Amino acid sequence: MLILLAVHLIAALVAPALVSWLGRRAFLVLALAPASAFGYALAHTRDVLDGNLPEQTLSWVPSLGLDLTFRLDTLSWLMLLVVGGVGAAVLVYCTAYFSREAHGLGRFAAILTAFAGTMVGLVTADNLLLLFVFWELTTVFSYLLIGHHADRKASRRAAMQAIVITTAGGLAMLVGLVTLGVSAGSWRISEVVADPPGGTAVTVAVVLLLIGAATKSALIPFHFWLPAAMAAPTPVSAYLHAAAMVKAGVYLVARFAPGFSDLLAWQVVIVAVAGGTVLVGGYRALRQHDLKLILAFGTVSQLGLIILLLGLGTRGAALAGLALLGAHALFKSSLFLLTGIVDAATGTRDIRRLTGIGRRLPLTAAAGVLATASMIGIPPLMGFVAKEAALESLVHGTGPVWRDAIALFAIVVGSVLTVAYGLRWVWGAFGTKGATARAVARANEHIGAAALRESDPRRAHSGAEDLAPVDPATVNRPPALLAVSPVVLAVLGLVLGLMPQVGDELLAPYAATYPAGEEGHLVLWAGFGAPVVLSAIILGGGALLFWWRGTFERLQAATWNVPEADQVYRRTMRRLDDLAADVTAMTQRGSLPFYLGAILVVLILVPGVAAFFAWPDPLELRAWDRPAQLVVVGIITVATILTVRARRRLKAVLLAGGVGYAMAALFLLHGAPDLAMTQVLVETVTLAVMVLVMRRLPPYFSDRPLAGSRWVRLAIGLGVGVVMMIFAVIAPLARTAVPVSVDFPSEAENFGGGKNIVNVTLVDIRAWDTVGEISVLLVAATGVASLVFLRRRSGEIPRMRSAPPDPGRPRVWADAPDTGRELRLGRLSAPQEPSSVGGATSAEPEMRSWLMAEGTLAPQRRSVIFEVVTRLVFHSMIVFALFLLFSGHNSPGGGFAAGLLVGIALLVRYLAGGRYELGEAAPVHPGLLLGTGLFLSAGVGLLALLLGGEVLQSVIIDIHVPVIGDVHLVTSLFFDIGVFLLVIGLVLDILRSLGAEVDRQAEGIDDDSSNPLVALEPDSVEAGGER
Amino acid sequence: MNLADVSPTEGLSTVPSLALVLAIGVLFTGGIYLLLERSLTRILIGFILVGNGVNLMLLVAGGRAGGAPIVGITPEDEMSDPLVQAMILTAVVITLGLTAFVLAMAYRSWQLNGHDEVQDDLEDRRIARRAAENAPSYADEDAEATDTLDDEAPEVRDETSRLGREGDR
Repeated sequence: MLILLAVHLIAALVAPALVSWLGRRAFLVLALAPASAFGYALAHTRDVLDGNLPEQTLSWVPSLGLDLTFRLDTLSWLMLLVVGGVGAAVLVYCTAYFSREAHGLGRFAAILTAFAGTMVGLVTADNLLLLFVFWELTTVFSYLLIGHHADRKASRRAAMQAIVITTAGGLAMLVGLVTLGVSAGSWRISEVVADPPGGTAVTVAVVLLLIGAATKSALIPFHFWLPAAMAAPTPVSAYLHAAAMVKAGVYLVARFAPGFSDLLAWQVVIVAVAGGTVLVGGYRALRQHDLKLILAFGTVSQLGLIILLLGLGTRGAALAGLALLGAHALFKSSLFLLTGIVDAATGTRDIRRLTGIGRRLPLTAAAGVLATASMIGIPPLMGFVAKEAALESLVHGTGPVWRDAIALFAIVVGSVLTVAYGLRWVWGAFGTKGATARAVARANEHIGAAALRESDPRRAHSGAEDLAPVDPATVNRPPALLAVSPVVLAVLGLVLGLMPQVGDELLAPYAATYPAGEEGHLVLWAGFGAPVVLSAIILGGGALLFWWRGTFERLQAATWNVPEADQVYRRTMRRLDDLAADVTAMTQRGSLPFYLGAILVVLILVPGVAAFFAWPDPLELRAWDRPAQLVVVGIITVATILTVRARRRLKAVLLAGGVGYAMAALFLLHGAPDLAMTQVLVETVTLAVMVLVMRRLPPYFSDRPLAGSRWVRLAIGLGVGVVMMIFAVIAPLARTAVPVSVDFPSEAENFGGGKNIVNVTLVDIRAWDTVGEISVLLVAATGVASLVFLRRRSGEIPRMRSAPPDPGRPRVWADAPDTGRELRLGRLSAPQEPSSVGGATSAEPEMRSWLMAEGTLAPQRRSVIFEVVTRLVFHSMIVFALFLLFSGHNSPGGGFAAGLLVGIALLVRYLAGGRYELGEAAPVHPGLLLGTGLFLSAGVGLLALLLGGEVLQSVIIDIHVPVIGDVHLVTSLFFDIGVFLLVIGLVLDILRSLGAEVDRQAEGIDDDSSNPLVALEPDSVEAGGER
Repeated sequence: MNLADVSPTEGLSTVPSLALVLAIGVLFTGGIYLLLERSLTRILIGFILVGNGVNLMLLVAGGRAGGAPIVGITPEDEMSDPLVQAMILTAVVITLGLTAFVLAMAYRSWQLNGHDEVQDDLEDRRIARRAAENAPSYADEDAEATDTLDDEAPEVRDETSRLGREGDR
């Protein structure tokens, strides 16, 4: 059966290409897919009959109990025949049905074929969860097919309605399926049904299953989506909404009935819901004027009938239900396809506009009569055989009287209605109506045939003028290919009706699995008895109802005051929207402090209170690990309080930096030299970068908005602080297991090949964490660049060669006020130099060059001492960083510290010499460093795979190199080099963005020679800024 | 420092140090106070303080202080827990990335609006206003339409091949 699914999948995938190549003839090729399912079922008829059931299992997600398990028993066999046979017929029909220019045919063909495959999976799946997967897939495909004409409001609404309702039912069903599977201890449907579990949970689960079936098969109160789904193209209506998808609910009921139909809840739901549906569907069908809608409401009614029979739980009714299932698939899809022919031929489906079509399209009409005869149960058609068997089983029923009586009443009344709307359909589509025919004749006399032809009412008009009748003389016969599918389907109903013993033999095995009741039989003539009398009453009653259709229509219009389910649904959805808006308005205030406050208050109240009750007893606490901690904690406390109280930005930033350095001291005291080093380096970079940005922001915080809420914020802060202190006390004492890090020392040395355990943890033991972390860094660096570089991220690196030094006109900060100029000139040159305001006019004295690009910086921004110091320390810092990198595996250091140190070295160069100096110091694009770093870290990890290890596993290589001596090389070094490069990239990106680019924007320089102030205008930024 | 109560089979002693717990309380209190502000700079400083507090919590959770976790320098029994150190190191560096990002945001906000304060979400306020008026918060034409299916049914037609006079074979 897997091969069938594969065939459908491939067919669906190639369908668009096939349609664009072969046009609508591609449907003929695609029909082979469902035909193969049909053939498969036929070929295995003997096996199924002998109980030699074909099975197939493929493990998929064993941990969930979700396996690709398929099984073909009698019920699946019947469904597979229906799905495959009708599917093939409908696809053949599509070939002639759609016009050559119809849009979206490729997509339509693909979805329809995929849907057929999904149905094949659904009816053969023998795993509860797999069943659900296919179930939901049919919902999705149905949604796409109903919404095929996406440009039409009715289609969109119908599709939305269908998916909302069927998905809601599907979710209820999922809960039921999981409950069933867990209760039964098996996910195989066949095992669950053979040995059904019991209990309240199972009863609830079964009711949930029935809700799923009710939504899918359009039972009340969910029935209204099916008539709305008639917005789909007619072949879809014939296949999905008559033969296949709506039968999924029927299939579900039939599948689980042998195991669960004896539950009282099952009986009540089935009799009430299915019985009610039979009546509502038939009643509503009698009021419709659209041929498709007559059939749609009829389908609702018939689905109710089939589910009623299959769900009653007696063998006789079940056999009748199976026969009716097959019969319904044949006659209803045939009727839909015939409707399509009438629609295509006349341009309308409104029965008030049609007259005399039967004479123009005799073959179509004959097939329609045949199919209708089967539907309303006229001998010797299959519908009659099924209905006789149903009546027989209920008349001689052995079940509770209330149940059989209600069921019998529903079936008899429903069948009367069926006869009436069946006749209405035949008459509406093909009959010659006196009034309509007279209108045509009048039109022909008065306007003349030519005028009628010119105005062409078939396509030009809509709305109220639709009632203009169609002249049957203008109707042509359909091509043979269009008629072949519905005719074959209708004739099959006759053939199978004439040979009821075939159905009897083939379907009886499944009916026999039902727990109760006598076995039924499918026969043409069961002898004179109550069923025959009832049949006669049904036919007679239906005919009378049809005869008095005008009176009945008026009666319906007068008495129908109950709101239609469709309107109830819409009202409910409107209320739901209102409720959602109210809830959103209540909870989503749009204020960040409010959100944070709410989260924090919950943190204080819920985990905080819980923590309070988990207070350890006895409480162990030591005052300090080392006395020096106390001093540092004192510093932290004072610095934090001052930070919070600071009104100047720069003061707050510097104080927070002080807290950071104190943290480093705490780390060192705790015995974490790596951590302390990293903290110091990070704090330095942070501080410098913050200062770089702060110089652009206003110097003071405004305390306008939140002054009033200060005490509330302080209370929340104190609350969180106390809760966190409680956690900090409880969490370490609550430890019961031995820490995982106990074995780290030996693991680090033996497998990681390093002595510095923290570093080995980062690059080896928990290397995946580090890969994740550096990915975050990469994203953050990109984000920073994106926020600051407004036009393009890959801006040029400012280099000396693009900016030749020009003493008269420095490139950087040239316009800044030069207050120290006189002083500088006075000290370096003759005192009689007159003071001039324009700095560029008089020659600047030659300054000795310590750095590469210092000439680009305005003289007033330069500091000789800083330049000299930079010159002295830069290379030492780089060398030290490399030392940290390579020694990090065995002593404090490593890629993070080394990268940060290089970053600081670059920062110093930038501060001393401006952005051109930065460009000269690091003439690479940070993106390159970031990418290379991540590739080295993650990519080299893959290398271990080649050497037979796991991803990111270290390989230790000890080699002897002349001169240097023994080299102890661990491959995780490359990982660390990757980290190193990435961290450099991060810092460089930050410097480039928040340093160099912010400078440039502040100077008002714009490389793109457009308005330099563009960055300050929000509109132009949003419109034109790429970055 | 008393390490006598540490048994190698049980791992580290986990009795927390009051000094560190106190520091955690101070850092969280100050950090949260700033986090509830509207100025992005203050929020950022608050975040850094809270981050420091979280790092200290991790440190405390790892157990008592000890020697540097480097084989050959410190005996295994006297080492501090290396796992939490690796975690904190990661957190410290990530905080740097986040700091830079929020700074860039603050700078951008200043560029666009002239200040770095977080404003209320306009869309949220609009929804609240519409809800108070009981008006739908968005227009859904598909759902609003009042014509029933029966009215539309005659218009909803397929693109069929034309079997009328022209023929289409």
